[in-house]
Amino acid sequence: MTKADIVDAVYDRLGGYSKRDAAELVELVFQILKDTLEKGEKVKVSGFGNFVVREKKSRMGRNPQTEKPIEISARKVLTFKPSQVLKSQLNG
Amino acid sequence: MTKSDLIEKVAENANLTKDKASMVVNAIFDKMVDAMKEGQRIEIRNFGNFTVRHYESYTGRNPKTGTSVAVGPKRMPFFKVGLDLKKRVNGGAA
Repeated sequence: MTKADIVDAVYDRLGGYSKRDAAELVELVFQILKDTLEKGEKVKVSGFGNFVVREKKSRMGRNPQTEKPIEISARKVLTFKPSQVLKSQLNG
Repeated sequence: MTKSDLIEKVAENANLTKDKASMVVNAIFDKMVDAMKEGQRIEIRNFGNFTVRHYESYTGRNPKTGTSVAVGPKRMPFFKVGLDLKKRVNGGAA
C-alpha cells in the first residue's frame, strides 16, 4: 500500500473535495509529522502508536569486514512504539 | 504532540473545520491500521515503511518471577524510518 491508497481513503471519507485536495491534505499531515519529529518532539497517536526521537550515545562498534574497531557517533534516531490497541488489532 | 494537536494544526493550515480535519487524520490512520490487519506493507515516500512481522510461538519467562510462560505466535507492526526523515531527525547528518 502506498500514499495513493491513503489519499483515496481520505477522498472517500471527506466527500465534496477533489482528489487533488485529498492528496494535499495527506501531504500536509505527513509534513506536520515530519516537522514535529525533526524538532525532536514526540508524536502520540492514540489507537496507533507513538513516534519518539531518542538520543543515542556514542559507542564502540567494529567494521565486520576488517574487524577494525570504530566509534559509532552519538545520534538521534526515530523509533515507533505501536499502541496496545494496534497490537491487539493485528492479533484479533 | 497528540492526535488532537495534529488535528488542530491541520485545521489551521488547511483552513478546515476541526470536524473535517479530524476526518482527514482519522481516515489516514484507520487506513493504515486496516492495511496492516491484512498483513500489507505500507510505503510512504520520504517518511518510512510499516511492515507486519510474524513471530513464531516461543517459551518466554516472566522476568519478575522467573516462571516460564508459553508465548503464542503473533504479528507485530514494525516501522522503518525513511532515509530523508532519518537524516532530518539527526540534524541533517547521516
